[in-house]
Amino acid sequence: MNPLIQLKNITFKAQNKTILDIPEFQINAGEFLGIMGPNGAGKSTLLKVVSFLEQQTSGEILYLGQVIPIGNAPIELRRKFSIALQQSLLLDGTVFHNIAIGLTLRKISKAVINEKVEYWMELFGISHLAKKNALYLSGGEAQRVNLARAMIVEPEILFLDEPFSALDFPTKIKLMEDFKGIIETAQTTAVYVSHDLMEINYLTNRLAIIVNGEVKQSGPTPRVLEHPNSSTSSFLNEWKKFYPLAR
Amino acid sequence: MELLIDGLKKAIEMILSGDQEVYAITWLTLKVCLISILISTLIGLPFGIFLGLTRFKGRRILLLFINIGMGLPPVVAGLWITMLLWRSGPLGDLSLLYSPTAIVMAQILVSLPIVTSLTCTAFQQISDKMLLQIKALGATKFQTFIILIKQLKIAILAAIMAGFGRVIAEVGAAMMVGGNILGDTRILTTTIVMEVSKGNFDIALALSFILLSVALLITAALTFLQQRKRIS
Ligand SMILES: Nc1ncnc2c1ncn2[C@@H]1O[C@H](COP(=O)(O)OP(=O)(O)O)[C@@H](O)[C@H]1O
Ligand SMILES: [Mg+2]
Repeated sequence: MNPLIQLKNITFKAQNKTILDIPEFQINAGEFLGIMGPNGAGKSTLLKVVSFLEQQTSGEILYLGQVIPIGNAPIELRRKFSIALQQSLLLDGTVFHNIAIGLTLRKISKAVINEKVEYWMELFGISHLAKKNALYLSGGEAQRVNLARAMIVEPEILFLDEPFSALDFPTKIKLMEDFKGIIETAQTTAVYVSHDLMEINYLTNRLAIIVNGEVKQSGPTPRVLEHPNSSTSSFLNEWKKFYPLAR
Repeated sequence: MELLIDGLKKAIEMILSGDQEVYAITWLTLKVCLISILISTLIGLPFGIFLGLTRFKGRRILLLFINIGMGLPPVVAGLWITMLLWRSGPLGDLSLLYSPTAIVMAQILVSLPIVTSLTCTAFQQISDKMLLQIKALGATKFQTFIILIKQLKIAILAAIMAGFGRVIAEVGAAMMVGGNILGDTRILTTTIVMEVSKGNFDIALALSFILLSVALLITAALTFLQQRKRIS
């Protein structure tokens, strides 16, 4: 195993409530890690903590074996990661401008930006939208722009928080298919938060189930889904009633 | 009605004839108002952004005072500045009373709360998620600030226009702290008041048209900036 990020004894508290309590957790290079669990389990909080956007209350986060001081991740480190959330949260401006922003903020030259934006728009099938205002896109289009915006900086880890859950079913499966291909080609390490078993089953190769702020089970996705343990079975079996596993 | 038309005619006449006094008064009005709104923007914009994006103890009380400040009667502002600049007052040694600087100070006092409060309102509507997303895109604090200003350009320019409207319309404070001294602190609004009190309604009307034109020009420029190409 080759951990990019390791968590040791991480807790996150807010208003005297323990929201996360994770003795051990890691993200390995090259994996597509799923984080699944019921609403309010702490998935989004975990994602924000491991991507250094929110600081843990206690415990250590290591990047390539090196401890990063709490709340003090240097910008160079943060810039190795991208995050795409459920809402696309695009800026008022063209699609081109939105996709380019990560590179603009990193002071990349115009010529390189133009080339890369073209490339990523092409991959996500949104080249025809380049000059449109990003605020007037459909949900599916907006999410494609959001993902292209996250991928263009070629992140070491791509963090995703239910990026498809607001889309209607046909839009969702088309985008998921495209997205899976793009991630596999780019060989990007990805961490994917969802409460949806179908998405997790389709996309991820390792899975952590989190309930009440604790990782209750983790392992290769098919194994976890087929053999829930006593803490995860009630959550997973509910899903499996409606979604018979087939890979 | 006839009076109005006469006033308009007189205004055009004054402008075309190159009446030095009118030019000087108009120029001073423009200068004083632009400097006031510039300073109010330079202070009120960052301050409003700060108030809109942060939460701290006492913030709401502070906002309450700023909001009350939006309705601060200009004569009250004038009185305070007068007391501040009075010979025996705290800043009396600077002998600024009855100078254009005094008018600028009074105008800042009445426009700063407007710029600050309206900016704060705009920035308060930025969701935590959006702030998190911008940070996640790799923005430094300063870059975040620039992105947000660009995103909220429309609201920010509205705040500046509202502040400018207050400044250019204001007369009570300018009268009190400026003293309406010809060639020194006489601006359009104070001249209008003076001419009316002398019974020179035609001149007053003419000046009012010039004042309106100035306000219109500046506001038009700001509106143009505000509404510039919005891609669809
Ligand atoms: N800053 C905060 N203050 C108080 N409660 C919070 C805060 N952030 C998250 N929570 C609470 O922590 C729990 C987990 O939230 P979240 O990580 O968003 O869950 P999930 O993404 O799994 O649905 C929820 O009960 C939520 O209300
Ligand atoms: Mg969540």
